[in-house]
Amino acid sequence: MYNEKVMDHFSNPRNVGEIEDADGIGEVGNPTCGDMMNIYIKVKDGILTDVKFKTFGCGAAIATSSMITEIAIGKTIEEALEITRNDVAEELGGLPQVKMHCSNLAADGLHAAIEDYRNKQNIKK
Amino acid sequence: MKRIYMDHSATTPVDSLVVDAMLPYFTDKFGNASSLHSFGQEAAQALEQSRQQVANSIGAKPEEIIFTSGGTESDNLAIKGVAYRNSRKGKHIITSTIEHPAVLSTCAYLEKEGFEVTYVAVDSDGIIDTEELEKSIRDDTILISVMHANNEIGTIQPISDISKFAKERGIYLHTDAVQSLGKIAVNVDELGVDLLSISSHKIHGPKGVGALYVRKGTPLQTLAHGGGHERHMRAGTENISGIVGFAKAVALADERIVDDAKHMRHLRDLLINKVMNSIDNAYLVGHPTKRLPNNVNIRFSFIEGESMLLFLDMKGIAISTGSACSSKSLEPSHVLTAIGLKPEDSHGSLRITLGKDNLQEEIDYVAKALVEIVGHLRAMSPIAGKNPSLR
Repeated sequence: MYNEKVMDHFSNPRNVGEIEDADGIGEVGNPTCGDMMNIYIKVKDGILTDVKFKTFGCGAAIATSSMITEIAIGKTIEEALEITRNDVAEELGGLPQVKMHCSNLAADGLHAAIEDYRNKQNIKK
Repeated sequence: MKRIYMDHSATTPVDSLVVDAMLPYFTDKFGNASSLHSFGQEAAQALEQSRQQVANSIGAKPEEIIFTSGGTESDNLAIKGVAYRNSRKGKHIITSTIEHPAVLSTCAYLEKEGFEVTYVAVDSDGIIDTEELEKSIRDDTILISVMHANNEIGTIQPISDISKFAKERGIYLHTDAVQSLGKIAVNVDELGVDLLSISSHKIHGPKGVGALYVRKGTPLQTLAHGGGHERHMRAGTENISGIVGFAKAVALADERIVDDAKHMRHLRDLLINKVMNSIDNAYLVGHPTKRLPNNVNIRFSFIEGESMLLFLDMKGIAISTGSACSSKSLEPSHVLTAIGLKPEDSHGSLRITLGKDNLQEEIDYVAKALVEIVGHLRAMSPIAGKNPSLR
């Protein structure tokens, strides 16, 4: 059902966990739909220095969470905002059609974390 | 890697004795049972012996058995067959909310054809509300179809109770006994049914063959037209090798049912106890005692079933889940919804269905694997961390 790369990210997910002093947190999805994702980011000089996740969901939800942390780390905020669901799915070498919404969730989670970071920055100013 | 199969409600391996019984009917005894020559008569004889065997097993007469391609076809023939043939008498059918899709989809199709269907609710254990069922009977009710045992949660329904008021009101009663055959007693008179569906591949027989029991005098419309096979009820050259295999599987199941059920019940309770004692926030789904001896259905809070299934598969363990994420529709199992589980609870359900050949050491291995996998996924879950009682 899933290709090797997806199974690799699912069984050995990268960057699992919470960042205690995260600069931004994105919470997307809900348990009713069957997947829920929290993305935590650290930002320094406009660059994502660390990205971690916690996910409740299927194999695709976990694999896309892992993948997006890998893609996002080292990117500028502007670059990270341009990451789309298709980028995540493509990096994973494709997802079953019925699971495409999972990659949407990962992109949304990252973008929500950045928005949270920006809101916090505005408050500080 | 060692592989452990615990998905016997999906299908079972064919018993080697069944294979042996079938083999001559592919080569030496390949005749068409409708042919008058010796080749044909050899096949016809095997067909009628098989029919006798299957009939004996469920307390029926041979002429009340129609061989089909399996449970789905049997359900279709029973429901559409009765509906079409009795539509002048009435167009109302009663079934339950937790039937197999073969029944539910057939009923939904008949609704488009102008029939009316009442879907009677079940309680939180999955037992049908017989009072509500009785109340839903109308003057134009022609058929009640309630499954003998549920394929997901293993709950056994009070079919003989239902048959009492079906008989009183002159309504035909059908039951899908695909999951119960070979696990618990299946007898058409004890159950009091007019139609009963069974399938071969759930009892260590080949796929692609099953039967519908039709009580003598039950008017049924044929769906497959052609030659006069199966007493004009189901046209098409009979699948002799499959039918012989099915009959052999039935015979073996009859011989072994007492010992096999005892063995599976022991393993079932062992697995339930081990999991409940070692994992917090794990709940048994379905009735604790009125359930098939081989069915374990447990839900785990804070995690999702497909993820569990994939990790178990990596450890060589084959099971299934009621999670929406594993279904093509992305809808949670209709059975779990019908017993009142919230979608987030349905997501974490696993169905483990045992077979006669599973071993106690496999139960130990699966229970250990579950502890590890549930712990791993909960550590990754954003909702588990918020629950202080989590082990």
